[in-house]
Amino acid sequence: MSIQAAPSQRKETKVFGKRVPRLEDLPLVKGLGRFVADLSFPHQLYMRVVRSPIAHGTITRIDADEARKAPGVVAIWTHADIASYPLIDFRDPSAEALMPYRQPLLAKDRVRYVGEPIAVVFAESAYLAEDAADLVFAEIDELPPHMDAQADCASFAPGISTEPIVLKQGFGDLPGAFANAHCVVELELSIGRHSGVPMECRGAIGRYDAAQDVLELWGAAKVPLRNRETMARYFQRSSASVQLYELHVGGGFGVRGELYPEDFLVCAASMTLGRPVKWIEDRREHLMATNQSREQYHRVRAAVDQTGRILALSDVFFHDQGAYVRTHGARVADLTIGMLPGPYHVPVYQGIGHFRLTNKTPAATYRSPGRYEGSFVRERLVDAIAAKLGLDRIEVRRRNLIPSADMPYTRQLGALGTEVVLDSGDYAGLLQTSIDRFGWDELQKTIRVRRAQGEFVGAGIAMFLEKSGMGPSDSVTVSVDPMGFVEVVTGGASVGQGFETAMAQICAETLGVDYRRIRVVHGQTDRIRFGIGAHASRATVMTGNAVHAAATNVRDLALKHASVLLQAPAELLDIVDGIVARKGSPSGPTISLGQLSRQLSPGPEAIARGTNGLSCEGWFYADHMTYPYGVHLALVRVDGETGQVFVERYMVASDVGRAVNPMIVEGQVVGGVAQGLGGALYEQFRYSDTGQPLSLNFAEYLIPTAHEVPDVEVIVAEDAPSPLNPLGIKGAGEGGCTGVGAAIASAVDDAIGIPGAITSLPITPAKLKALLKNRRDNSNGDST
Amino acid sequence: MTDEVDISLSVNGRTYRFKAEPRRTLADALREDCGLTGTHLGCEHGVCGTCTVSMDGQPVRACLMFAVQAQGAKIVTVEGLASGSELHPLQKAFIEHHALQCGFCTPGFLMLAWTELAKNPNPSDEELTDILSSNLCRCTGYKNIFSAVKAAANEMRNGAPK
Repeated sequence: MSIQAAPSQRKETKVFGKRVPRLEDLPLVKGLGRFVADLSFPHQLYMRVVRSPIAHGTITRIDADEARKAPGVVAIWTHADIASYPLIDFRDPSAEALMPYRQPLLAKDRVRYVGEPIAVVFAESAYLAEDAADLVFAEIDELPPHMDAQADCASFAPGISTEPIVLKQGFGDLPGAFANAHCVVELELSIGRHSGVPMECRGAIGRYDAAQDVLELWGAAKVPLRNRETMARYFQRSSASVQLYELHVGGGFGVRGELYPEDFLVCAASMTLGRPVKWIEDRREHLMATNQSREQYHRVRAAVDQTGRILALSDVFFHDQGAYVRTHGARVADLTIGMLPGPYHVPVYQGIGHFRLTNKTPAATYRSPGRYEGSFVRERLVDAIAAKLGLDRIEVRRRNLIPSADMPYTRQLGALGTEVVLDSGDYAGLLQTSIDRFGWDELQKTIRVRRAQGEFVGAGIAMFLEKSGMGPSDSVTVSVDPMGFVEVVTGGASVGQGFETAMAQICAETLGVDYRRIRVVHGQTDRIRFGIGAHASRATVMTGNAVHAAATNVRDLALKHASVLLQAPAELLDIVDGIVARKGSPSGPTISLGQLSRQLSPGPEAIARGTNGLSCEGWFYADHMTYPYGVHLALVRVDGETGQVFVERYMVASDVGRAVNPMIVEGQVVGGVAQGLGGALYEQFRYSDTGQPLSLNFAEYLIPTAHEVPDVEVIVAEDAPSPLNPLGIKGAGEGGCTGVGAAIASAVDDAIGIPGAITSLPITPAKLKALLKNRRDNSNGDST
Repeated sequence: MTDEVDISLSVNGRTYRFKAEPRRTLADALREDCGLTGTHLGCEHGVCGTCTVSMDGQPVRACLMFAVQAQGAKIVTVEGLASGSELHPLQKAFIEHHALQCGFCTPGFLMLAWTELAKNPNPSDEELTDILSSNLCRCTGYKNIFSAVKAAANEMRNGAPK
């Protein structure tokens, strides 16, 4: 990364909380980024995956004779060629019950989804590999596909059901609460199957360095250090002999950077064939092979008193996991339960998740996993409570919110293996701020006027509670070189969210240097021993605080040493733009960090000092997560003829504790809204009854364009900094997405004047046309 | 497999000569044969616009053309926008307006905007939304891309022409 000197000579040292331009952008706008497809190694082979065209069946024979004779083919593998390789393991310890459901690298005798790898071709070029792959023929005896997670379970294998596990969490006397309720509100709700679908498809290059006996995976993402451990375990190699390298990453959203069959296959092939092996996924493959997400069916019940207060909440849901359990285990279903109560006080709760397999592409996490789903369910329920009791939607929310005086608030639930303890928040305050800013009350009048003119227009609201900053730890090393440049080596990862800039801003502010003189290293496993990466909105919280710790240590070391040289107590010194000087006397004696770095270079004195160079490590530990929260507000118009939904206004208020760079936070929120809108209105992986995927291109799987995404209004709130870390940070990556399905549903109900009409996502024109037709038929019936 | 043919492309004012099969796409030729990997592939079926390049003044999906078809045309890719170390106003505006996150779709959007602004230097908001809806972005929600292109269009009209 080269940093261009900005035209202005203003030094950017006090940059925490400032909208400074990103360090990442320069190579990217020049077309000089290096994404995995842009990298090639001499003498590399190209891998092409042969995928099952059948959703469920038994492989009787794979005929690759003709393919083997095709030009440029070096090898073709089926399961028999790699039978010694085990199933792909979970990233984190998971329930024993899930073990039999893991995916093999290549299907052995059973195929379980369309797109499942059944053979791989290695050839001299991508074109030749694809030619040969087309000649591989698999004979598959079809079995009935199991496509409905709500239907009775089927058999995954002899003696093993398609329901590996039923997750359950809760507290309090459920029957008692429902028996004493003023009324019970009950809903059946579902969320469609959609996913991250980043603009860059997946890719991987396996390269075995025989000279040093090191296995390399290029194109790593998300959790490179975690994945190194998994890879080392898988191939029975020392960690030191397995290295993962992150390049530029074209969007992650949860789906990229988990280990898939293809990642292991390029590595295995590079060792066996003795040449680098490159695999680049195409979009059709992506839409049938990369993790899908979201699809759940909920039956939720609330017991309420006459004022609309929730006395108890009970949710039973069916989670459609698809064909295998991948690296996440049952995490999404578990998160759904742990986070479902959201920002509300729920005295009694029970969540039961039926985690079930079907013959669809396997599922895992996608931006705000379990919370996009759970927020839709919970907020639909709150709207229903309001409708049933004839109360205002916002008033019911207000009455149920956890008051800030109750923080920290222990939920008696777990999520991601830690106890849910809400760290801080002023939920009611932000609700008020956002409805004032949105002009909610004024808007009601406008809506009434427009409705009188025959328009279907309405406003909707959803509140969300997110989680971020998953621990347990992160380390960072900050080093200053003799020129005064700074290197920050992290165990973090970037998926394009602006990680380098945020880390540099924290380091610059702490150490007193221009952020543009800082180079941030991430996703390189040969540079750091410990780390996790970028998932669960953890990067800025965990790695950011580790940067702060390491930079503080460097600052202390620099001041300690400078105090001897400048003959002034360290506490009277300050570092401004890389120069140590006495506070308030810039004309006095000074020394630069670069000079100090030279002074502190390794030598006999260093031994006495106990440090080599101007370089320190820093750690941050967390045993609890932080909990960002916020409000989504929408104004929509429904076209009565076509059933199309137009989002006229959208606002998100998101409290992130403290925003390192509000520009980046807003970017995250707006981008999250766009993805959330996709799931609310357009995106769905559809399947035929026979298990054939029907969403294999961008004409069938509809991603919002500039036409569909409104000019999102964002309130970046900092009302409740987290008490759990020195910087007060909470994650900002997911809250923009979390509440969209819920808020749009609320607004569409309001627009068509049928409370509770929307029970499933996405809200397609066909669904709306049917609802409007019913409405017309009923009103005609009433009037005649 | 078919025999390779001689292909010659004019890209960013330079001539590239190489041998490739007639079925080689323009996008693959730019990336592999010319070494210009700034043109990215996001779908290879002409929807996402990530591979957009300018060809004789028109925005073109390089994934939907063969390299042999592009012979004789003047092609501009993202690598041709900046003049040395001096960024094009569009590139500057993308940085200033935070119009990119992962940066994968950025070259396609830059080339789409660059080509269209040459045809119509002053698009209305509606026209600009129409233009930008040609391409997909999964990170930004488009808001900042719109602002960046609008700002760059203003700058390009009011001086600092490049």
